[in-house]
Amino acid sequence: MMNLLRLIGGRSGSAPVARERLQILLAHERGVGGSGAPELLELLRSEILAVVSKHVDLDPEKVVVKMDRGKFVSMLEVDIEVPNAAQRSKLMAAT
Amino acid sequence: MAKVLVVTSGKGGVGKTTSTAALGAALAQAGQSVVVIDFDVGLRNLDLVMGAERRVVFDLINVVQGVAKLSQALIRDKRLENLWLIPASQTRDKDALTDEGVRRVINELKAKFDWILCDSPAGIERGATLAMRYADEAVIVTNPEVSSVRDSDRIIGMLDSKTAKAERGERVEKHLLVTRYDASRASRGEMLSIDDILEILATPLLGIIPESQDVLRASNVGCPVTLNSTTSAPSRAYMDAVRRLMGETVPMTVPVERKGLMNRLLRRRAA
Repeated sequence: MMNLLRLIGGRSGSAPVARERLQILLAHERGVGGSGAPELLELLRSEILAVVSKHVDLDPEKVVVKMDRGKFVSMLEVDIEVPNAAQRSKLMAAT
Repeated sequence: MAKVLVVTSGKGGVGKTTSTAALGAALAQAGQSVVVIDFDVGLRNLDLVMGAERRVVFDLINVVQGVAKLSQALIRDKRLENLWLIPASQTRDKDALTDEGVRRVINELKAKFDWILCDSPAGIERGATLAMRYADEAVIVTNPEVSSVRDSDRIIGMLDSKTAKAERGERVEKHLLVTRYDASRASRGEMLSIDDILEILATPLLGIIPESQDVLRASNVGCPVTLNSTTSAPSRAYMDAVRRLMGETVPMTVPVERKGLMNRLLRRRAA
């Protein structure tokens, strides 16, 4: 199919597409991904945990920070589970 | 002053082992004393590509673990007297390599050779990180293909952070070696061009190895391509790359194969 299109529409190679896709992907991986990603997410997680913990008792394991990379924007997803009163007293007793 | 050079890529199958053999042989052909080390524990192949597979007795793991002396694991090339090989183990797993053991072996080799070439396994795990650990310079082998370029970018990041030099605040000198390059396909916009790759990876270019049958033919017979077909296009490209490694300024060209018209027509149709 690609060959057919190329025959009809002249020579428009796929290399420019490859280049653009790579540039977008690597910009993300270098900034928030690759070797830097785990550190950044861990830093965000611990600081968010510290701020919220000042006001609400939390189970540190129930704080999840995720980064989803999209083509144009990325989504930073912070999921914090706030325990109810009964669980909170259990948590307090445990610590 | 011995130089430790890691040949790495992240992605498998891009030509690390072929390039290690070719660069090692070309350096030896230029009069340097060279040792090439296979770090691909469990999947060794440098011995095969260099035609020394039937002469392996001791390997890198044996030396790291103190079972054999370094001199017992060194295999001298049959064609070049200043080219040596240390094979990887075929039976052990990669955890048998230790940071301290690798450091000791490389330090010992530094006293004996001008160049120590470390052929990295694919991936970003222990074998790959240990192959680059004590490197002064790195050759990053890249194919003009998206997955290879992405993995090279990852490896470049590791060279800048996980090596002993990086931890001392110094820099591992990095060189990009583009292999399996087809200039005509790149000019038609069907393949990432050298400019595209350099723009994305922002790493100085060491050489461009053209796609060529001579490379497979050389590994078929167990002989580095620079020795097997000295005047072939890939061979000339590797030799230019080696001159650049030794500090010479060599104009960057894409060596082309001299092909007949019939051959070209057939190839065009096949592509």
